[in-house]
Amino acid sequence: MSRALRILIWLMVTLVGVLALSRIALDRGEQISAMWLVVAAGCTYAIGYRFYSKFVATKVLVLDGQRATPSERLENGRDFVPTNKWVVFGHHFAAIAGPGPLVGPVLAMQFGYLPGTLWILAGAVLGGCVQDFVILLFSVRRDGKSLTEMAREEIGKVGGFVAYVAVIGIVVILLAVCALIVVNALKASPWGAFTIAMTIPIALLMGLYLRRIRPGKVLETSLLGFVLVILAIFGGQWVSQSSSVAPIFTLTAPALALWIILYGYAASAAPVWLLLAPRDYLSTFVKLGTIAMLALGILAVRPTLQMPALTRFVDGTGPVFAGKIFPFAFITIACGAISGFHALISSGTTPKLIRRETETRMVGYGAMLAESLVAIMATVAAGMLQPGTYFAISSPAGIVGQAPEAAVATISNWGFPITAAGMHSLAQAVGEQTLFNRTGGAPAFAVGMAQIFANSLGGQTVMAIWYHFAIMFEALFILTVLDAGTRVGRFMVQEALGHVWEPIGRTSWYPSILGTSALMVGAWGYFLWQGIKDPLGGINSLWPLFGICNQLLAAVALCVATTIIIKMGKARFAAVTVVPLAWLVAVTFTASWHKIFDPSPRLGFLAHAQQLVNSQANDAARLIFNDRLDAVVTGVLIVMVALILMESGFEWIRVLSGKKEARVKEAPFVPSRFQAEEQA
Amino acid sequence: MKRMVQIVMATLREIFDESAYARFLLRNGMRSSRAAYAAFLRENEAARARRPRCC
Repeated sequence: MSRALRILIWLMVTLVGVLALSRIALDRGEQISAMWLVVAAGCTYAIGYRFYSKFVATKVLVLDGQRATPSERLENGRDFVPTNKWVVFGHHFAAIAGPGPLVGPVLAMQFGYLPGTLWILAGAVLGGCVQDFVILLFSVRRDGKSLTEMAREEIGKVGGFVAYVAVIGIVVILLAVCALIVVNALKASPWGAFTIAMTIPIALLMGLYLRRIRPGKVLETSLLGFVLVILAIFGGQWVSQSSSVAPIFTLTAPALALWIILYGYAASAAPVWLLLAPRDYLSTFVKLGTIAMLALGILAVRPTLQMPALTRFVDGTGPVFAGKIFPFAFITIACGAISGFHALISSGTTPKLIRRETETRMVGYGAMLAESLVAIMATVAAGMLQPGTYFAISSPAGIVGQAPEAAVATISNWGFPITAAGMHSLAQAVGEQTLFNRTGGAPAFAVGMAQIFANSLGGQTVMAIWYHFAIMFEALFILTVLDAGTRVGRFMVQEALGHVWEPIGRTSWYPSILGTSALMVGAWGYFLWQGIKDPLGGINSLWPLFGICNQLLAAVALCVATTIIIKMGKARFAAVTVVPLAWLVAVTFTASWHKIFDPSPRLGFLAHAQQLVNSQANDAARLIFNDRLDAVVTGVLIVMVALILMESGFEWIRVLSGKKEARVKEAPFVPSRFQAEEQA
Repeated sequence: MKRMVQIVMATLREIFDESAYARFLLRNGMRSSRAAYAAFLRENEAARARRPRCC
């Protein structure tokens, strides 16, 4: 292709992207097609990948195709395996794609579709993708070392310690939030509860089938599991209509929370092959298939966005969570824009599979673009709901009232008209008794997704099946995050406590397994319990806390990346990581300040505790304690990240002033045989 | 098209650990069996249990 033609094509892409973004950003008072979001995303990603990631790859990181990667040098057929770039891309994407990019944009929809969409696009292209890319490359150049190891080696002991504690902190809060989302989606829903309960025996059956009947046939077993899950969805419909069985599966939030806590403990202590691995296979199978189906569904239906670009709640008075667009939209949407958790994946399995250094661009930067597109799809699913319906589903009873009439009146007064009859019809159409006060984002997303699927396949008569398919899809992989996360956290706790008393560090010693599993489950279980007892729905407190943790971990990752870039002698290009780092520091520190000290009881933990001091309510003392605990957790995290920022800053000054030799701790250069083979 | 299907299948086989099992059999000169799969699971248990799933 000639240079002139290439320039012309990229000019066209830019013009179409600008047109789509203008349509999204400037239209007021009329509904727009969701396809504008898809087109804007496609053009932004194309330009970001083609130009920005290439700049980072060639000028900043100077990717070297002649340098052997750890998968080549340390190849052992087990952890280090040179793998086709597309296969690594799929593997990496499957690991980073979780409930975050689906739930965050749905919650942030209370501001309208515009803030979330712009943050997803800009955050991913300039922040999240860069973070995933540079951390992956730096891990590849260090034999696949983890983020915490790189922080310790490149920044210092404080950096390593903070990264370690931040990881445990984020895992605990993340698991509590995930469990809370599942509780809110399944409470008083016999259909959903039955379907999800059935995934446990299905996973056990898959584990036994894999081990005893068809060893190693994982794809076949996952397909079998998927068929059984679909049967469970139909079984759930029968259960919900049976007057004798339905009450057994009609569970309150506390009952569900206890079941999930028990499940988390059992999954953490049981053999991996029996429960954790088959559930992981099953949820990955369903996840990849459903995301692909959702993309096709959006293209087929091309829905119109019912939500306005901006709502009245940009002023911080939103019912879903309290706080203004800045900083709260930017911590509510993490995984679709920038997520610190990805740095753990980018410095985990993926660097050990990379065949050529030059492929880190496609895997690190490219997979995050795909994740960002998932967030855009979630934005479309939530944005196509009638605003009144969205707020009725996503607002807690403590804000809009417990009774349908009260909720309808409150939401209609906000300027988003709905009727109790309309909500009742919708609940019946999706096979639920009610859709009011189903906070957490998952039910609102499931209703939107069910509408997309029903409009493209089967019509309104199968809305209920699609809704419960969507709930199953979300709950299944949220619970997979929960059991995998509990086990990862357990290993980290064992590792840390092993320094205090050696036997605890033995990962196969059962008393240690049971004890540390209890510690881990107890930690997230406590926050979960706090969430379900929270009169404001729990999400109001826990999701911002999770967002703060996640973005603080991203700040740690960007500190590590900036330090390495400066030590590489590329300080003039350090802005590629310093700018997103500065933004995240501004966002997380401001959000933390508001969450701790804001005078509004809906927003500030301490103000809420103060409001309860004179309350006569039975649980006032516990709520006050919880508020103060949340404030302390937020404060401790902020102090730790401030420490790593200072330690990084001092390291940068020492290196830039010449007081310290700029030496990176990379593995020595070894020429790649792959490069030589290709040239031959 | 054929190449695309091959890559998709290879990706799925990697994600679902079928490739890892095939490499294990090759490395140890074993044929697929219950015992071989049990040995593969034992070898991979620690690595698998430490593999985080993102939010």
